[in-house]
Amino acid sequence: MQSSPQALLTILGMALVTYLTRAGGLWLMGHIPLSSRLKEWLEYLPGTILVAIIAPTIFSTGWPETSAALATLLVAVRTRNVLLSMIVGVLVVFVLRWCSSGL
Amino acid sequence: MSDQSSVAVSDPSDVEITFTLKGLLAGARRVLPIALSVCAYGFTFGVLARQTGLSVLEVFLMSSLVYAGSSQLIVLSLWTMPLPIGMIVLTTLIVNLRNILLGASLSPWFLRLPAAKAYSTFFLLADENWALTMSDFEQGGRDGAFLLGCGLVLFVAWVGSTVLGCTLGAVIRDPAQWGLDFAFTAVFLALLVSLWRGKADMFPWLVAAVVAVVCAHFLPGKWYILLGGLAGSIAGSSISIIKGAHHAK
Repeated sequence: MQSSPQALLTILGMALVTYLTRAGGLWLMGHIPLSSRLKEWLEYLPGTILVAIIAPTIFSTGWPETSAALATLLVAVRTRNVLLSMIVGVLVVFVLRWCSSGL
Repeated sequence: MSDQSSVAVSDPSDVEITFTLKGLLAGARRVLPIALSVCAYGFTFGVLARQTGLSVLEVFLMSSLVYAGSSQLIVLSLWTMPLPIGMIVLTTLIVNLRNILLGASLSPWFLRLPAAKAYSTFFLLADENWALTMSDFEQGGRDGAFLLGCGLVLFVAWVGSTVLGCTLGAVIRDPAQWGLDFAFTAVFLALLVSLWRGKADMFPWLVAAVVAVVCAHFLPGKWYILLGGLAGSIAGSSISIIKGAHHAK
């Protein structure tokens, strides 16, 4: 268990800027008057961020990921069960990756 | 911690937001399956950090103080002696800029909590607990401690698994081999189903997906999240405003 002062300083710097980004959105919205335009934008934000997080994995990794995403989506729409959807997604991607590496 | 505290809301049309132990426990329970996937990711980070030359103490400090997986992973590629401190800190800032969007989207609720509670809970803000909280609020949940409960479990999972990975080294092989890396995507996809509000979401989501895929291909790091989310939400709100203007005429 040891560490150099430079490493500690780097980690502290990383921690500081990361917390600023976490608090920043809340602080900004508290200091900007909330127009109807801004409200409209906020309503679209959660869905579009979530889409942006997963889109590259689903559409440009490979066919196992795309197929597993489709299976996950089907289960999620049918059952609305997040845990079950996750299990199906992981199983399908595991099996299909195994198949694709064997081909 | 104090529970059962709530804030009176000036606007009577708004539902009050609470911050209770019950909400905290609900969040902690909901996040458990995702915590498993975070552990797999954390373990991988720990193994890589050890190979990069970080000590167990450094991994522990970084995971608990920074607590942001993607930026920690990217920073490993910059971790050479002497440490380029400025570049590492700047990279961390850029990779984590998307947190500003996450915070902004939760602000309608969290700005109505006492500042100390909101700002201390936001230390634990991450993609995973943000997504769960957002979907809980969309379904009528109004407990700010939900985010804290999710966050605490994720924090323990992240710090524990990264330290374990760093300690054990390369005993366990790549979690991607077991499909565990896909757990994130699957959970987010399932949450997305509950965020779908109707046809109006189709175009902005399509824009977000296309921009994210293109950016992920051409830009390093996690820029695609910020740019995709911004492009999609701006496209959606612009269309709503244009339509609204037409109706007004």
